[in-house]
Amino acid sequence: MEPIVRMTNISKSFSGNQVLKQVSFEIVPGEIHALMGENGAGKSTLMKILTGIYSRDEGDIQVNGRSVDYKDPKDAEKDGISVIHQELNIIPHLTVAENMFLGKEISISKTGILKTKIMRRETKKHLERLGVQLNPDKNAESLSVGQQQMVEIAKALAAETKVLIMDEPTAALTDREIETLFKVMNELKSQGVAIVYISHRMEEIFQMCDRITVLRDGSCAGTENIKDTDLDQIVRMMVGRALGERFPERRVEIGEERLRVEGLSNPGLFEDVHFSVKQGEVLGVAGLMGAGRSEIFETLFGARRKSSGRIFVDGKEVKIKNPYDAKKAGIGFVTEDRKSEGLVLELSVKKNLSLPNLKTLSNWGVISAKAEKAMADDFINKLRIKTHHADLQVKSLSGGNQQKVVIGKWVGINPKILILDEPTRGVDIGAKKEIYQIINELAAQGVAVIMISSELPEVLGMSDRIMVIHEGKVARILDKDEANQENIMQAATGGYRCVETMGQ
Amino acid sequence: MSKQWVNNLQKLGPVIGLIIIVIILSILSPSFLAMDNIFNVLRQVSINALIAFGMTLVILTGGIDLSVGSILALGSAVTAKMLADGMDPILSVLLGLIAGGVMGAVNGLIVTKGKVAPFIATLATMTIFRGLTLVYTDGKPLTGLSNSFSFQLIGKGYFWYIPFPVIWMFIAFVILLFILKKTTIGRGIYAVGGNEEASILSGVKVNRIKVFVYTVTGILSAFAGIILTSRLNSADPNAGMSYELDAIAAVVIGGTSLSGGRGWIFGTFIGSLIIGVLNNGLNLLDVSPFFQQVVKGVVILIAVLLDRRDKK
Ligand SMILES: Nc1ncnc2c1ncn2[C@@H]1O[C@H](COP(=O)(O)OP(=O)(O)OP(=O)(O)O)[C@@H](O)[C@H]1O
Ligand SMILES: [Mg+2]
Repeated sequence: MEPIVRMTNISKSFSGNQVLKQVSFEIVPGEIHALMGENGAGKSTLMKILTGIYSRDEGDIQVNGRSVDYKDPKDAEKDGISVIHQELNIIPHLTVAENMFLGKEISISKTGILKTKIMRRETKKHLERLGVQLNPDKNAESLSVGQQQMVEIAKALAAETKVLIMDEPTAALTDREIETLFKVMNELKSQGVAIVYISHRMEEIFQMCDRITVLRDGSCAGTENIKDTDLDQIVRMMVGRALGERFPERRVEIGEERLRVEGLSNPGLFEDVHFSVKQGEVLGVAGLMGAGRSEIFETLFGARRKSSGRIFVDGKEVKIKNPYDAKKAGIGFVTEDRKSEGLVLELSVKKNLSLPNLKTLSNWGVISAKAEKAMADDFINKLRIKTHHADLQVKSLSGGNQQKVVIGKWVGINPKILILDEPTRGVDIGAKKEIYQIINELAAQGVAVIMISSELPEVLGMSDRIMVIHEGKVARILDKDEANQENIMQAATGGYRCVETMGQ
Repeated sequence: MSKQWVNNLQKLGPVIGLIIIVIILSILSPSFLAMDNIFNVLRQVSINALIAFGMTLVILTGGIDLSVGSILALGSAVTAKMLADGMDPILSVLLGLIAGGVMGAVNGLIVTKGKVAPFIATLATMTIFRGLTLVYTDGKPLTGLSNSFSFQLIGKGYFWYIPFPVIWMFIAFVILLFILKKTTIGRGIYAVGGNEEASILSGVKVNRIKVFVYTVTGILSAFAGIILTSRLNSADPNAGMSYELDAIAAVVIGGTSLSGGRGWIFGTFIGSLIIGVLNNGLNLLDVSPFFQQVVKGVVILIAVLLDRRDKK
């Protein structure tokens, strides 16, 4: 079949650093084409060139056999190419419906007077197609990250789309949401829509895609039919070597109790949460999106106000009123949403890494430039953050590398307790393993690690114990040996409690 | 590498602009580049520069301070009244500065504890502080303050050829430059302006930083007022009207982003020089003060438009 999009020999440099080298890529109608590669391999950049967000230095792009040169995404949209970007582009103070129709509002002929009723109805319709029940008049800022992502997806689907580019759409979604999304994708595929699918989750690639193109360091490492390839080959194409065990082994003596939380409550969000974590232990936290997992730990960290509850670190009660207190008590918190909560995008990699550590890097409030540089270089090395130098603005890093910067920030405070909220979201398979290794190293040093994650394999593979949250309550705490996908999901959906109360 | 160069060049935009303006003015008016005129310009600039330095910190955090002119007036009135009452000059100056600092801290507290938008908060205090000045002075200028030598030195003194106000300006510049570049507070200022949420979650004491920048601005504004008082040997309760606009203009011309997180104090220095040089040059050239306003506005626009370019 004739490709609908054909990109040939695309090259691109940013400030003299070449990020794409002679990349060729094509998609045919009715296929789901996976685009894979490590963080910073150039996937998003390639797609941004296709849609006219960045200009190419070299190469040719043909759409429907016609050479094109889009100046901005609107041009691409006219040809039926729409994108769901990796970074969410939701405007917080606008409603769901206003966000859906941003830039393409429906108005009475050309007067600019908005047909709000119709737009609200359309919004509802498109969201329902994705199985999402959302009030179109709700403020976007009150949505969870997953819900925002669904709005973005609905937005792209609302347009007459022939080519749909999805840059890590599932990173923030729950299993159920992903299922609906996949159904919609298959529907679109049968209608002849071409889909470019970027993801770091191997399972999804094998489940959904027809072909795969792998980028390595900005060059094309090859295109394969999914049927004719396997995980090992793809990993080798991506990183140039085999990776081995997915979850590295951890041999750690679990020690004394590090953190104990008693009766932590925040009305409306969660209630009466009890748990403890020991030195060297990794506590996984599972639950459905909206169950209150992040909220529990944001409150523990002092970013939200608690109504009651006591927190003990190393047996001593600590008063935490704000994140500063939490930091002082030795608690680090790798936040879920790196763009709005984790990073100061305008600042450099170095300055982001040092931000929670300024106190130790300074004397009488004067920062030691040498110590700061040394610390930054150290973490860039240790965490293998791919950046040309420490002084690069953090916003120019690829998504996965930005995530490593957020982790590095908190590893730097030498925490006693480290909370990680979705630490591997949007992170490539090699870097994921590196993050697991970092977690293991921290545990070996006696850090109590709490890892919130929506990826069950990760929770199962990494945790010593698993705490399952259901509707703001601790539904169950499972030991590593007894935990499996089924009993976690059962507890997460409220099944366990029912069984328990029926038995009594 | 070449792009790095372009970036650096763009950063130097205000400097190049200043040089061009100086060249044009010195061709049109030969007396412009005379040594004493240069120091004259610098001295005129120093008042606005001191205020604009503080304003830079505030704007970097994503705020704004409209009350600087009123703080200037009340700060100088306090000092003047103390002097007129026969108090020790050093003590009088200190009290004026403290008054400025307190007013600034009040701004900071309203913004942080009261959670009022900086524009609204300082719009209100601008009126309040002005009103207090009028109450305090009974609406009349305070004159014939003191023949204390040390007080007169502040505004009228010279060190070799250099007027004291220019020295004050440089000292303030160096201190603030140091704070912004080298200290945890400075880093916090940039971080807060860049992403307040992320800063809070990093354990940065955001409120403390905000109170700090408004307090510094208050002190510097009061000090600017004291310099004026020393020069004129009087304090006018209506002094400093609309000085906030010149200060904001200097910050913006210097390349600091009004949305916070991005900018530098050297740019502000150049920005105030550009405004000062234009004022002085256009005066020398006998351009009507009405038309001078137009020129100033155009310069601000050009500066902002040039700054826009590196956004994509
Ligand atoms: N605007 C920019 N300025 C400078 N460098 C950039 C810019 N955008 C991307 N880069 C660099 O280009 C490279 C490729 O980035 P890109 O975002 O395309 O990676 P990616 O494959 O999408 O990675 P990820 O899986 O982490 O999202 C990275 O090294 C990144 O730092
Ligand atoms: Mg990407």
